Amino acid sequence: MLDGLTLTVEAGETVALIGPSGCGKTTALKLVNRLLDADGGRVLVMGHDVGREDAIALRRKLGYVIQEGGLLPHWDVRANVETVPRLLGWDEERRRQRSSEVLGMVNLPAGEFGARRPRQLSGGQRQRVGVARALAADPPVLLMDEPFGALDPLARRALQREFLDWKKRLKKAVVLVTHDMREAFLLADRIAILDRGRIRQAGTKADLVERPADDFVREFVSEAT
Amino acid sequence: MNLARYFWERREEILALTGQHVVLVAVSTLLASAIGIPLGILLTRRRRLARPILGIAGVVQTIPSLALFGFLLPLPLIGGIGARTAIVALLVYAMLPVLRNTYAGILSVDPAIVEAATGLGMTARQRLWWVELPLALPVVLAGVRIATVVSIGLATIAAAIGAGGLGVLIYRGIAIVDNRQILAGAVPAALLALAADGLLGILERRQSKWRDS
Repeated sequence: MLDGLTLTVEAGETVALIGPSGCGKTTALKLVNRLLDADGGRVLVMGHDVGREDAIALRRKLGYVIQEGGLLPHWDVRANVETVPRLLGWDEERRRQRSSEVLGMVNLPAGEFGARRPRQLSGGQRQRVGVARALAADPPVLLMDEPFGALDPLARRALQREFLDWKKRLKKAVVLVTHDMREAFLLADRIAILDRGRIRQAGTKADLVERPADDFVREFVSEAT
Repeated sequence: MNLARYFWERREEILALTGQHVVLVAVSTLLASAIGIPLGILLTRRRRLARPILGIAGVVQTIPSLALFGFLLPLPLIGGIGARTAIVALLVYAMLPVLRNTYAGILSVDPAIVEAATGLGMTARQRLWWVELPLALPVVLAGVRIATVVSIGLATIAAAIGAGGLGVLIYRGIAIVDNRQILAGAVPAALLALAADGLLGILERRQSKWRDS
């Protein structure tokens, strides 16, 4: 489905993939953590071809945030956040310390929220736990698949503001899949507009607004300006 | 009153046969679970096998139980008069609900959650033990509960091939046209089924309290 997609994301940079449904943005993201494998082409993470790496080890090095959090409903918040550290074999003390740290970062103090189950949280809180889980093992790369898509406008705006704050502090390479152009403009340094598996145009907000490559891009951008 | 006194006078025999009955059901249900749960998991990994195997299990279940006991009698190793043959027959019937519920239970786990677990870097085995089985457990347990209740009823027929159990009283009662004796077998069997249903139902609900998320 994807064809001719070339994109580089630098450390500390957030790149948004945006386009109509079926354009291949989620597919592109899943090629990075090998939930899907490409028939051709390469994906490099920190200079290494992911196709040559062990998929399990690779995924533990990549933070992954999905819509509605994708939390394990039978585990409490702390256990959810500690998933990857546990997979990496961290000892309990280190895990607890780290989960308290990242939960604090997403404004869910571990003392108050750590023992709750996902169903005892609001949508926004679940999404925060999803972000904390992705950050727990301090991965250099963060993959976010419509992370704020299922939230009400108020919660979405609050999380978007917090995202900008984390972004400044954490210096991760972030790939953000979204269908919301406003969100892309707000959160991303660069934006790639996809259509039917191809990049129509990639660039900064100024590039897209002032120098749209074609009508498709112009129309997409005009909805958010 | 008359019936209660009859039960009381025969309490030792009733208790001994109830004990035999429980052993027949417990052994066959445990074996059915020990085979059915892993097989059900395997079918979710080999989907193409699921239809034929669930189909065969379904057909086997339609064999009238008395006939199945009869078919098993002449077989070497598993056949013959006694509890062993009865356990094999009960196992055949108990297996389908366990198998089917395990298969359906694992497939009913939200695919988004399974994919999230994969995306975090769980191996297939970690995903099975930490995510799929715990989330499927209420449905698997429902299968075990159905298997147990069905077996308690079916096990009364096992007396026909000399396997003991509460069926002994029922058959004897029929032979001598004594309703009290039939009831001495039927009432404890019904109570056993109710008790097993209730207990396993509590276990099941305890496992499903976080499911409605």
